[in-house]
Amino acid sequence: MAYFIQQLINGVALGMVYGLIAIGYSMVYGIIGMINFAHGEIYMIGAFVSIITFTLLGMLGLSWAPLALLLVLIVAIGVTSLYGWTVERIAYRPLRGSFRLAPLISAIGMSIFLQTYVQVAQGAKIKPLQPVVTGGFTFADASGFTVTISWIQILIVVLTLLLMVGFTWVIARTPLGRAQRACEQDLKMAALCGVDVDRTISLTFVIGAALAAVAGLMATLYYGVIDFFIGFLAGVKAFTAAVLGGIGSIPGAMLGGLVLGLAEAFWSGYFSIEYKDVAAFTILVLVLIFLPTGILGRPEVEKV
Amino acid sequence: MAAATGVLVPRLKDAGLAALVAAVLFLPILGMETVPGADGRLTLDFHFHIVVIGAAVVFAGRLAMLYLSRGRALRPSGRSGVVAEFVSRHGTWFGLAGLAFAIALPFLPFASRYTIDVATTIVIYVMLGWGLNIVVGLAGLLDLGYVAFYAVGAYSYALLAHWFGLGFWSCLPIAGLLAATAGVLLGFPVLRLRGDYLAIVTLGFGEIIRLVLINWHEVTGGPNGIADIPRPTFFGFPFTRSPAEGETPFHELFGLEFSTLHRVVFLYYLALALAMVTNLFVLRIRKLPIGRAWEALREDEIACKALGINPTNTKLTAFALGAMFGGFAGSFFATRQGFISPESFTFIESAIILAIVVLGGMGSQIGVVLAAAVIVLLPEVGREFETYRMLLFGAAMVLIMIWRPRGLLAHREPTLTLAGARGGGP
Repeated sequence: MAYFIQQLINGVALGMVYGLIAIGYSMVYGIIGMINFAHGEIYMIGAFVSIITFTLLGMLGLSWAPLALLLVLIVAIGVTSLYGWTVERIAYRPLRGSFRLAPLISAIGMSIFLQTYVQVAQGAKIKPLQPVVTGGFTFADASGFTVTISWIQILIVVLTLLLMVGFTWVIARTPLGRAQRACEQDLKMAALCGVDVDRTISLTFVIGAALAAVAGLMATLYYGVIDFFIGFLAGVKAFTAAVLGGIGSIPGAMLGGLVLGLAEAFWSGYFSIEYKDVAAFTILVLVLIFLPTGILGRPEVEKV
Repeated sequence: MAAATGVLVPRLKDAGLAALVAAVLFLPILGMETVPGADGRLTLDFHFHIVVIGAAVVFAGRLAMLYLSRGRALRPSGRSGVVAEFVSRHGTWFGLAGLAFAIALPFLPFASRYTIDVATTIVIYVMLGWGLNIVVGLAGLLDLGYVAFYAVGAYSYALLAHWFGLGFWSCLPIAGLLAATAGVLLGFPVLRLRGDYLAIVTLGFGEIIRLVLINWHEVTGGPNGIADIPRPTFFGFPFTRSPAEGETPFHELFGLEFSTLHRVVFLYYLALALAMVTNLFVLRIRKLPIGRAWEALREDEIACKALGINPTNTKLTAFALGAMFGGFAGSFFATRQGFISPESFTFIESAIILAIVVLGGMGSQIGVVLAAAVIVLLPEVGREFETYRMLLFGAAMVLIMIWRPRGLLAHREPTLTLAGARGGGP
């Protein structure tokens, strides 16, 4: 039982990270109908900016963890959002209205470019981070199994929930959210009604990148090591999560992330850890075949 | 003068803003390199000069772009360039000239073992490009896991040779068949999906194959791969100095002096023959009803359904045939290298093959040859480019999509036109 609960906790923490990345995929797909293949790379850049800022703060002698965390969070969100904006501006905006595979191929190119860019600039070796947040709560049950909830896991869950609340508020209550929902329904009509479509799409990329930056920071804290290649797997898995929850749906992305995180944690806990990625990809294939609209997605109507 | 400053100031501002953005982007990633310090903790190496240079380059580039495009934003151009049109109109002659050069290559004065090796690599990529072109260029299905079929072909041959002692020539059709079967097995459930979902599923499939190859130690040898794969023979006559009992080696058969170059040249011609088979096949099948159905399906799926074309079956044939050629190329790769491991079948390999098809112009046979030559030669020309190859590569993919979304030599002229009328492409 204790083992089960431990896997549950690990799965939830992992799922929250996937969910945060998945929101970026889901929002972009909802509005312009493209898979932003470079989104995983944006997450990786978020993780790198985090680790660089941590190192810089360490060298400057700032060691009080909460302040360091806050500063890193701000820097990571700022720089990564700018990356998200730039990628959209350079690689996707000129292709709007082009034939349907062009933005996807451009996104693959962008993904390769960003990955190699970080590899060239920062080196191919894995980057270890000294633990910033340590400790946690430990419970033991009668049979001697212990369950540990680390502070990092608590931080991940709390921060994600806070972000979700704030984000839901933005979508539901602010002019930006209204413009986004309008664009999601019909780009051309929204433009005719005076919504600045280009600006809305840019901001969507910025928000997606900001959430991915938070995910990158938390993954850095959680795993303690990163390298330039983490974006690929995380990206594909987050995309799986977005599809699983119903692409275009934001609560769906979070739900999909949780389901995928739990599935992965239990698979590694009870079956084989080597095949955990195979399990994630198999889920993706199965979902697309049997449930193409996802858990919370709307069926797509094809018009001539 | 007033008019000039009127344009100059906003343009300078625009370029300055671009440089500022670039500086912020470059500052952490390029400007501060994380390196392991003395006690194992990370420390930073500062390279602020790179940030400054980078920002200056962006400033100059942006200013130049603003002036060259006279304030217009960069938009995809619909017209095909003069060169592209010339090449595609005289495609047959270019093709024949290229083939003649390829056949003559080993006898040309500058041909060395190294040149022939590089040429063989180019030919393999050309073949893979033509195979993938069936799926991407003709049928319009984006396949991001093409390398999976390449891997299936390579491992089919390696495993059949290892466990059952079969030779290259008997394995070649089996490998193609197995790869095609893998294509059908994957394609059958997923081809009903929309284009971009299909791309992600094929990517997932490619990764599944690779992960299985890594983890299934008992059969595939895991990350260590399979070594000592039998080399090909000249229809039963081996390329060895001292053959086994009862075998005649190649050089004795033809009364030549033994040379290790024989095998290299033979492999080159073998690859060339396989590639030409692929090319002929694609050229012929484009003119059959199934080939026309592929191209129609690429343009408009709903119209095809209305005309009674079964989209799933049509896509499935494209997928299976593309996979089959991937399988052929895979088993050739295995016999050429003599050693294969999952390392050779990563997503990047899929992306390279896709890039060859995309850069060359989807559906264009000659474009694939040019793109394959460029992509293989680029890192060979300057070894110091090795690290930057993928960087250039990603950037090129983005830029070519922006300038020519249909590829360098794309021609979308219909294969069938009314008598006398020349198809006016878009």
